[in-house]
Amino acid sequence: MKFSESWLREWVNPAISSDELAHQITMAGLEVDAVEPVAGEFTGVLIGEVVECGPHPDADKLQVTKINLGPDYNDGELADIVCGAKNCRLGLKVAVATVGAVLPGNFKIKKAKLRGVPSHGMLCSESEIGLSDSSDGIMELAQDAPIGTCVREYLDLNDVTIDVDLTANRGDCLGLKGLAREVGVLNGLSVTEPVITAVTPTIDDTVAITLSAEQACPRYIGRVIKNINVNAQTPLWMVEKLRRCGTRSIDPVVDVTNYVLLEQGHPMHAFDLAAIDGSINVRFASKGEKLVLLDENEVTLSEQTLVIADDNKSLAMAGIFGGLASGVTSESKDIFLESAFFAPLAILGKARQYGLHTDASHRYERGIDPELQRDAMERATQLLLEIVGGEAGPIVEAVSQENIPAEKTVTLRRAKLDSRIGHHIDDSTVTNILTRLGFTVTEAGVDADKVWTVVVPAYRFDISIEVDLIEEVARIFGYNNIPNVSPKATLAMREQKEAQLPVSKLRNVLVSRGYQEAITYSFVDPKIQTQLHPGQATMTLPHPISSEMSEMRVSLWTGLLQSVAYNQNRQQNRVRLFETGLRFIPDESVENGVRQDNMIAGVLSGQRSEEHWDIEKAATDFYDIKSDVEALLSLTSNESAYTFSKAEVDALHPGQTAAIHKNGVLVGHVGSLHPELERKLGLNGRTLVFELLLSEICTQNIPQACDISRFPANRRDIAVVVEEQISANNVLQLIEKVGGNYLVDLNLFDVYRGNGIDSGFKSLAIAMILQDNDKTLEEKDITDVVDRVVDTLKTELNASLRD
Amino acid sequence: MNLDDIILQAEQAIAEAKDPAELDQVRVNFLGKKGLFTEQMKGLSKLPKEEKPKAGQVINIAKQKVQKLLTERGELLRAEVIKQQLAAESIDVTLPGRGDELGGLHPVTRTIERIESFFGDLGFSVKQGPEVEDDFHNFDALNIPEHHPARQDHDTFYFNPKLVLRTQTSGVQIRTMEKEQPPLRIISPGKVYRNDYDQTHTPMFHQVEGLMVDKDVSFTHLKGILHDFLHHFFEEEVEIRFRPSYFPFTEPSAEVDIMGKNGKWLEVLGCGMVHPNVLRSVGIDPEVYTGFAFGMGVERLTMLRYGVNDLRSFFENDLRFLKQFK
Repeated sequence: MKFSESWLREWVNPAISSDELAHQITMAGLEVDAVEPVAGEFTGVLIGEVVECGPHPDADKLQVTKINLGPDYNDGELADIVCGAKNCRLGLKVAVATVGAVLPGNFKIKKAKLRGVPSHGMLCSESEIGLSDSSDGIMELAQDAPIGTCVREYLDLNDVTIDVDLTANRGDCLGLKGLAREVGVLNGLSVTEPVITAVTPTIDDTVAITLSAEQACPRYIGRVIKNINVNAQTPLWMVEKLRRCGTRSIDPVVDVTNYVLLEQGHPMHAFDLAAIDGSINVRFASKGEKLVLLDENEVTLSEQTLVIADDNKSLAMAGIFGGLASGVTSESKDIFLESAFFAPLAILGKARQYGLHTDASHRYERGIDPELQRDAMERATQLLLEIVGGEAGPIVEAVSQENIPAEKTVTLRRAKLDSRIGHHIDDSTVTNILTRLGFTVTEAGVDADKVWTVVVPAYRFDISIEVDLIEEVARIFGYNNIPNVSPKATLAMREQKEAQLPVSKLRNVLVSRGYQEAITYSFVDPKIQTQLHPGQATMTLPHPISSEMSEMRVSLWTGLLQSVAYNQNRQQNRVRLFETGLRFIPDESVENGVRQDNMIAGVLSGQRSEEHWDIEKAATDFYDIKSDVEALLSLTSNESAYTFSKAEVDALHPGQTAAIHKNGVLVGHVGSLHPELERKLGLNGRTLVFELLLSEICTQNIPQACDISRFPANRRDIAVVVEEQISANNVLQLIEKVGGNYLVDLNLFDVYRGNGIDSGFKSLAIAMILQDNDKTLEEKDITDVVDRVVDTLKTELNASLRD
Repeated sequence: MNLDDIILQAEQAIAEAKDPAELDQVRVNFLGKKGLFTEQMKGLSKLPKEEKPKAGQVINIAKQKVQKLLTERGELLRAEVIKQQLAAESIDVTLPGRGDELGGLHPVTRTIERIESFFGDLGFSVKQGPEVEDDFHNFDALNIPEHHPARQDHDTFYFNPKLVLRTQTSGVQIRTMEKEQPPLRIISPGKVYRNDYDQTHTPMFHQVEGLMVDKDVSFTHLKGILHDFLHHFFEEEVEIRFRPSYFPFTEPSAEVDIMGKNGKWLEVLGCGMVHPNVLRSVGIDPEVYTGFAFGMGVERLTMLRYGVNDLRSFFENDLRFLKQFK
């Protein structure tokens, strides 16, 4: 809510500066977002009257004027001013920037000639003195504006607009009345309210009111005002107050209802009396009922929507928005004014249902004072009669007293206050704070048994239980006056599962291998994701930031690959990125229909090494990224549980992709990106990716140490020739299977194709390390193993020994 | 040849040897099995018995003398060889070393790890929760019923009226308290989402939620722990203020601002005493237990700590930005 400081000070005027005031209310929980001057910086602008006005001899759009600036200006000499505004006319009271004036932006006014005619000053528009962002023509001041007076003084422009970001619980501060009350509490000052007197009716006209939904609308006050002049001008003081509170002047009737809204915090609504058939009925909409709103949109009302209706039709959406057909227009002569209390529960969420949010709904949702309707009506009537004239009828009030929110009584116990705050605030301070806040306080008990029983003012919707009072006491006492104390807790040792691998350890492995951690958005571009994961069901955000951020990721690859492209476009060609985070897979069998798996994924592209004086250049390939994956898996001390097997995945190269299984369960993939996708995503060169389910790699085997053999190890190398389609794994697993107890290690150290090997075959050179714990192996023990291995390879894999 | 001549010859040969191999040949020539000294020793047998010991002693002395010369010359020559080898193997030690440079953690992770460490020291354990969350855990259980005006402040991404991208990590409080009884001390770092994107907002950002529930936990404790945290996090006595605010799930509620280098207050976290309705909704008696909760904005803290000026740079993943964090 925006408000004008000088308006506030009409109610309560603490002896503190604007900055101090802003700080004070911020520290009371009404956070000040901004303090802005209500006008630009300017000097030398006086009120003048156009006493001569004629066409410019040489310019169609200019007028030549003489301006009376009063006897004190240049000994009463009239100022010659050329003006381009269409609304410049004889007799107008205008804001005149005199010679020597400085306007916002350090714009200095000097004597000038416009198309040969001297011009000693400028007639100002609102935007030229920083009252608005744009304006149409020059400012038109009231006819009684005193000639020669400084415009700054006349308009009281040494004022600021204070914008408070009110929290949802403080609906009571959505008006000057509430803000002033709060400032009064903080400064221990009483508040001077404008005097509201009952207007004596001069006509008998009334409209009958029926409350058909008494819970939703327990009080509705109406009044007829006839023979108004809608074409009257809203007085400048009101236009200015509205403007400084962020509200534009529309017409006098709307301006008055808005003024009461800002001043009293109470929404009002005016109907064109001629549009009301018969009586007013506050009821819920019937099924399928339609209403054209003031913004000319037609809505189909739900049965939970409260409406103001007449005998035949709905007229307005109660507490939210008026109807077009019953609105006050420039043709209106007689109006019906509404001041009602709608229960917050009846309004909550309704405006939103229709995509609406209005000043009225904002206040009704948070709760307005249920005792304020009559005052608001009298205030509005009084202002209307002053501005648009007319005759007011008597007030008609329909009320369902049992549905008016009951007076609340809340108890505050000393023990609870102390234990929740942790600091003793003495009795008299507590009593004083509660009393200043407008609570009716009754005290009982002493010391630790002290109890305050308070009656809550009707406007404080947010106070209903003890902790609400504790917060009020702490807030006014000042959070920063409450000491800081370290909490005490029992020193109980916590479980630490050694088998649980912390993600940080996995991250550190990748970091030590040159990967930079990335964080990409969880929502991605469906166009890219579909290319990577065609046919995969996804979750889509109905109202995303943009279509490029509308689909929940089903893997981390989409974001990472886009980051690769982003970096490559910025001359970063060697990219190694990894990320951990959730993927989102629709799955009706789990909570909320979505599986949220924590993943670790990485991407490599560019050269294997940074350019180096002694390392040959080579593009990174599958075995580089595989080694990074192997390094991660090795952290589990359980590498043998994981197997790599050739696999086909949509996004990846069909010949360079491995699926990784843990004891038969798929845990992820590693591979080269499909070249077609590299092209579509605009990636340079080979791009390698991996992704693993964190849950499947984050447990570690606890080491169980074995004795180290005291006997020498023997190495035997064999080179076996097998057909191409036989994988290294086939060979190694078979050797392991038949190697027996002496075989303690295996290492494939060469793969050879070419001279001496038939095409379609390859030679694998494998080192076998043989050792026993109890003795030095005899040559025969060793040859037995080697022979057994070679024989098995021959029979099972049709392998031959290379000569 | 007489002994003196042999010695003379040996001395000359040793002095002339240019490398260890030549010297070794000299050794063989004089002291080897067929060397000149061996010949001399053989000559002893021809002497009369009583002369043998003396003559043998003379030969031995001469042999030792030659041996000594050989050793000395050998050391000299080997030192020369090493010297030459070292000279030949000398390299430019200022050339860069081989191997990959280190990568680095994302600054957001770095901050989260620091926060985890500070609170871990105090016995807070780390909990994780889902990011696609039901409205019960994100709102209702946190005392934000449907249509509560506070819901509108959240700019929530809805999948449907019952399912959202979590707007706060506070849902993890509920999930934890549903399963565990006090005393509780947890923190929960993670991603949260708001439908807002401009200079100072990204639709995804990170929070660390904290919760302590026990007997006699009070607002002074909340203040104490957060003061300590902020001072230790920034490693300086930053100016801090607690400002009353409103969150439906805490009361009293506060926002905490710190004084920025530009002299302006910056909000870094929200906190408060857990609302009794929240405790009640998870079956904890608010007459017996009290608790505090806080939620801090990780990006904001990271920006202040490391001088990052543009929030959006956290999610662009520009290597030139990331590589500053080792």
